[in-house]
Amino acid sequence: MASGIKDKVVIAGMGCSRFGERWSCGADDLMVEAFEEAVADAGIERDRIDAAWLGIFFDEQSTGKSSLPMSMALRLPNVPTTRVENLCATGTEALRGAVYAVAAGACDIALAMGVEKLKDTGFGGLPERTKGTFEDLYLPSSTAPGAFAQLASAYAERYGISMADLRRAMAHVSCKSHENAALNPKAHLRNRITEQQVLDAPAVSYPLGVLDCCGVSDGAACAIVTTPQIARSLGKRDLVSVQALQLAPSNGVEMSHRSWDGAHTLTTPLAARRAYAEAGIRDPRVQIDLIEVHDCFSITELVLMEDLGFSDPGRAPSDILDGRYDRAGAIPCQVDGGLKCFGHPIGATGLRMAYEIYLQLLGRAGDRQLHARSGRGPTIGLTHNLGGIPNRNIASVSILGLIAA
Amino acid sequence: MKASATPLGSVLSVGAHVPRLRLPRAAIAEAMAWANPPSRAAVRGSRAVANWDEDALTMGVEAARCCRVPSPQSLYFCSTTSPFADRNEAVFLGAALGFPEELQTLNLGSSLRAGTNGLIAAARRADTSTLVVASDARLTRAGSPQELSYGDGAAAVLLGPSNPAALASIVATRSIGSDFVDHYRMNGKDFDYALEERWVRDESLMKRVPEVIAQLLLDAGVGADSVKHFAIPASASTAARIAAACGLAGARRDASVLAECGDAGAALPLLLLIAALEAAQPGDWILAVGIGQGVDALLLRAQSGAGAAEPALARSLQHRHEETSYVRYLSHRGLLDVDFGMRAERDQRTAHSVSYRKRDALNAFVGGRCARCGTVQFPRSRICVNPDCRVTDAQEPYGLADSRGRVKTFTEDWQAYAARPPYVYGNIEFAEGGNLLMEVTDIDAGELKVNDAVRFVFRIKDEDRPRGFRRYFWKAAKA
Repeated sequence: MASGIKDKVVIAGMGCSRFGERWSCGADDLMVEAFEEAVADAGIERDRIDAAWLGIFFDEQSTGKSSLPMSMALRLPNVPTTRVENLCATGTEALRGAVYAVAAGACDIALAMGVEKLKDTGFGGLPERTKGTFEDLYLPSSTAPGAFAQLASAYAERYGISMADLRRAMAHVSCKSHENAALNPKAHLRNRITEQQVLDAPAVSYPLGVLDCCGVSDGAACAIVTTPQIARSLGKRDLVSVQALQLAPSNGVEMSHRSWDGAHTLTTPLAARRAYAEAGIRDPRVQIDLIEVHDCFSITELVLMEDLGFSDPGRAPSDILDGRYDRAGAIPCQVDGGLKCFGHPIGATGLRMAYEIYLQLLGRAGDRQLHARSGRGPTIGLTHNLGGIPNRNIASVSILGLIAA
Repeated sequence: MKASATPLGSVLSVGAHVPRLRLPRAAIAEAMAWANPPSRAAVRGSRAVANWDEDALTMGVEAARCCRVPSPQSLYFCSTTSPFADRNEAVFLGAALGFPEELQTLNLGSSLRAGTNGLIAAARRADTSTLVVASDARLTRAGSPQELSYGDGAAAVLLGPSNPAALASIVATRSIGSDFVDHYRMNGKDFDYALEERWVRDESLMKRVPEVIAQLLLDAGVGADSVKHFAIPASASTAARIAAACGLAGARRDASVLAECGDAGAALPLLLLIAALEAAQPGDWILAVGIGQGVDALLLRAQSGAGAAEPALARSLQHRHEETSYVRYLSHRGLLDVDFGMRAERDQRTAHSVSYRKRDALNAFVGGRCARCGTVQFPRSRICVNPDCRVTDAQEPYGLADSRGRVKTFTEDWQAYAARPPYVYGNIEFAEGGNLLMEVTDIDAGELKVNDAVRFVFRIKDEDRPRGFRRYFWKAAKA
């Protein structure tokens, strides 16, 4: 009988590059930047890494296929490397591979690396891609904003909220993230914006405007994971432990069955429920101290507050406008600026989320450091990383918790 | 040629598709009068313009769908603007309409008489049922007289063995051929080249059409003054002169097709015939003409079905949306090279082995229905999508083309490449269950809402320009 991942694996060190338009860096430079920070943080020789997982999505825009780009950029000593990809949930997928390898006893110390180099396409926005030889023949050539924007039309109709009111809540989501990123030197966007600016921004895909959408950024993030025992032998006292790692992919119901309402992700509640059970969390609203969720678009974050169980159905807009998810609110969301402001280099994002939770739990988040309700620092954080579109996606949820010395 | 002793077959049902977009001729004139000021008569009304995702094939499918009858034995596709020079379009049309492989097919082109040629050929095979589809999407040069007078459209006429409920029986036909080059277009060229209208009228139309009609009526033993409806593909003034010369001045001539659609090429004679059938009473004599390096003439008698059938042409003419931008019309027809940005550079290479394997899904919008739980789904899959079922290999083919849907979600995407921005798409829930993310066509910003009812139409999906291949699929349109 499987016993879950809780407290079998801890994070020994993490690194994260600055995210942004890194014109002078290729994917290899970004990997090295994150890796050097992680190795120094873990306090190990790089050759102690037994195996490594690389997460990258748009390989055709940068590195090409397989895990070789990582092995070669980092000059790993021919240790086993694997490339993984699960659309925008790729970063968490890389973490999952490394964590399971250590938990299985297959290796002592493993590396999870996520990277994306998006700014070599020669134009703004994400590149076009095939959706599959058959899918290309019948599905619309939707864009990422267009795919997620549809949540808004269905959500407004389902809960009887006017589009104007829904857009105000969406605007608050973006403004809050910009406020948070102003405190984050590694974030791509650090400017403050107003809700009116969000509402007045040029249309991208109804009802999303430019400021409802995350941008396109380069970046890398990585984690070095090991057993609690080995971490202690490296001199670590407070340990950030993996308490849950759960995925729920679509199986076609949203695409082809009438039961999906179009206003939520079907998968996130499933992944969240499994993660809460794995971590032994009975009341997430009380027990989770901070969250990093997949805010590719403002409407996505809004809907996810309900899908993750933090807001009651139909209540997310009012909870958001009440400041519940602001930095000073009950459940701070995107304290590091999120996809919206820190950036969304696709393969790196899941690990960047873990990076902020990691720093916050260890009290190393600098100007962004949160203090939980009890006055101490936060002790449990959740990451939610979504790959794909509302119709067809993978939801991956991780929970990281502090094991004090 | 004497009239046949046996009837030539009857018109069992008809269909028409005039594109919804209507460009006022006054808007064309406003844009182009600086180059070629048109006459006042020429700028009345509107011309129908195919949307960016319509062509002779898609319009032909729409017209044929109006013919609510069982599968015909033959299908003739008649057009001077076929997208493919070599790819069997009648077969492709038959596939889109869900007809079986045993359908006998014929492709006719090269002349504005393609449609009437098809009618006459089908009429002579009175023992079989033939669906004759005539369709043209006509390119015209900016500022030309043709830009004002031509239009786009499709007509479908189902002919078959006589029966009392038919719309009309075909009593006699007559054809002559004469290489009178009133206009022409060589393969690979976009635009017709037209010669002097007065010469064409005086030397061709006025000399040959009355002579053919006179002989036809003589052979049939019907007097000109008995003809109630005259379907003649010519401008109003020329039609009046021809009618007078034939003794047909008292016959009704339709004005709506030219006013609201324009000269739709090979489809025009059939559209005019359909207009006559919609106005006819049982017993009325109808004379229909085709002109194109010769003359086709058909004499029909309206039967009990005339006037009772749903007026597909009148409905299509009324279903209009004003095209407010002449420049956008130019872009839709490929006459203006607009910079749509780098997203338009996407490589649309087709995996042809996949499109063949999935041809019923792609061409005929056939999904699946699970025999165990009844769930309808698109695409048809090996394993049922119903989370409470998921049985393997129990789905039967299920056609969705004639279904209805409801908009569950939608967006208007200004970032995606679209020939007519914004690109509108959304999740469509089928009435019988099932869901599909679909492009919505014939729609502009601000016109779609969640819960809107939609129907499904066969349209151009996209084009692989470097390799020269056009792809088609089904889209949602407001019902």
